[in-house]
Amino acid sequence: MAAIDPAAPALGQARLPVRGEEEVELYRKFHYYMTLMREVEDRIERKLYRQGKILGGVYVGRGQEAICVGAGLVAEPEDVLFPCHRDLGLYLIRGFEPREIFAQYMGRTGGVTKGRDGNMHMGDLKRKVVAIISAMAASVPVAAGAAMALKYQGSRQVVFVFFGDGATSRGDWHEGINLATVQKAPLVLICNNNQYAYSTPLDKQMACEHVSDRASGYNLPAEIVDGNDPYAVHQATVRAVEHARAGLGPYMLECKTFRMTGHSAHDAADYVPKHLWEEWTERDPITRVERRMMDRGWATARELEETQSRIQRLVDESVEWAEASPHPDPATLLDNVYDEQI
Amino acid sequence: MQVTYLEAIRQGIREEMERDPNVFLIGEDIGVYGGAFKVTAGMLDQFGGRRVVDTPISESAIVGAAIGAGFMGLRPVAEMQFADFISCGFDQIVNFAAKCRYRWNAPVPIVIRAPSGGGIHGGPFHSQNPEAWFVHTPGLKVIEPATAYDAKGLIKSAIRDNDPVIFFEHKALYRRIKDEIPDDEYTVPIGKARVFREGRNISVITYGAMVHVAGEAAATLDKEGISLEIIDLRTLLPIDEQTILESVKKTSKAIVLHEATLTGGIGGEISARITEKAFEYLDGPVIRLTAPDTPVPYSAPLEEAFLPNAGKLMEKARWLARY
Repeated sequence: MAAIDPAAPALGQARLPVRGEEEVELYRKFHYYMTLMREVEDRIERKLYRQGKILGGVYVGRGQEAICVGAGLVAEPEDVLFPCHRDLGLYLIRGFEPREIFAQYMGRTGGVTKGRDGNMHMGDLKRKVVAIISAMAASVPVAAGAAMALKYQGSRQVVFVFFGDGATSRGDWHEGINLATVQKAPLVLICNNNQYAYSTPLDKQMACEHVSDRASGYNLPAEIVDGNDPYAVHQATVRAVEHARAGLGPYMLECKTFRMTGHSAHDAADYVPKHLWEEWTERDPITRVERRMMDRGWATARELEETQSRIQRLVDESVEWAEASPHPDPATLLDNVYDEQI
Repeated sequence: MQVTYLEAIRQGIREEMERDPNVFLIGEDIGVYGGAFKVTAGMLDQFGGRRVVDTPISESAIVGAAIGAGFMGLRPVAEMQFADFISCGFDQIVNFAAKCRYRWNAPVPIVIRAPSGGGIHGGPFHSQNPEAWFVHTPGLKVIEPATAYDAKGLIKSAIRDNDPVIFFEHKALYRRIKDEIPDDEYTVPIGKARVFREGRNISVITYGAMVHVAGEAAATLDKEGISLEIIDLRTLLPIDEQTILESVKKTSKAIVLHEATLTGGIGGEISARITEKAFEYLDGPVIRLTAPDTPVPYSAPLEEAFLPNAGKLMEKARWLARY
């Protein structure tokens, strides 16, 4: 376990833990957004991709939904998000419509980038979401700069940057964190440690046990979180955000989870030992939340099924809309390389 | 007022910082020390540590942070201590900064200043001219001024530009070149070459320190009856094809001169455009005069042999004039 800044828990405790009606409402949101993310991505990976309707690669966050949803529900609308490629829930929470996302995967004009880029490579500065950079961890120094800018502007907002365990071996991760900690930039770093970088397991990626072990070299407070429990992620994120908003600098969460899919839709992940699939299926974050909600009397099985059906209808309609969305006109190929056409 | 190339850049940056509170500086040793070449000397005192940010030795983080700050509405001016080290920030520049507008409509209004060029005995890691790497990257703008006047006017335009700009400053010009510049504010437009010297027989298309090499050769060749017209490109991307073609159509002969090495250099690109678009006007082959395909050597005679100079240019020009 890496060092936790002694100031952080005290700050966090002012609002934690979330209890009562607020907690019930939070669980409804966990359930809704995690289920929506799962359904949208299942449709993409297991249906549209196999039907040949997705042009390029597909990288989903199955099994990891609790991380982006738990953290994303802490972010204020003006906080800036840098999602990684398994964080669809952040987009959904920020109000990106499933139909925009399907159209994005299909390369249509109705997609977030209007066919300019594909899959999870999407962003929108108006909605304060920065599009991923495909080189892993390249987002980290950019997020550091955005956080430095918020501080420059005297803003109370913070920046969230998401990445996987694999990204933490790249130089950009280290350079970005070092700059952000030196500058005490309001940056919340959220690692989904899903234990594989494509086919490479953790012990081939790093000689330390935890990603958070790397934080101490930067005097970066970090904590390890159950990444399959959105409530745990949410509460830890509240602590991280309060630390950053208080001007104490960056704070990292290492959310332990497992990638319940291959690296991408074309990867059968034969390199993953079978027992790991079984163990982590038991810890599926959606099942856990559903069970908890029913055990505590916050929802009946029927209510949860209704939410599920509502989401199915939304997904069906959204796919239909996306398929009807036009392809971009090749005449627009040269547009928008620069501010003014040159 | 007579100012050096270096002072002109400093004035341009200072004026933009005074004009726009969103402009800030980020880089290694730019604050307390004033920059390795002292371009930002005095900035920390005038603007304070909030707007003049000394960073760790992290070129990728400097460029990345500039991009991120740009998204938030600021206008960062990042300094690479030497253009040679820009390769450490290459991915952020070519894969992120250059592509954001096209991919997802996000402007990246940043300037990356990069002191480049040889002739200072800097050796293989402090002398390079890496502009071609960036000219090959759609979405970037690439500038290299040759005069103090243009250096000031172009750095101001670069800071105001809404796209990522790589601003090469030739180190050998910093304190060697002086110009009379107006007291009143002015800018120089990005994307416009200029006729540095009018001539009749051969167009020399060049930029940066080589503009002055061409000027020296032109003065001597005039006495031999060979009149060089010198085109100072000023901006390398987007390139001002029109000014190049107009000159070549007038003179019918062209030499492309650059200090960067030959193969894959932008001389090849310019030469190709001339032959594609002004072939009928040409009375001879388009000639390239560049450094050879080697790293930049350290020893004085080796570096002298490496760099293009007036003597080498005159030799090429005499040959082409006879063609």
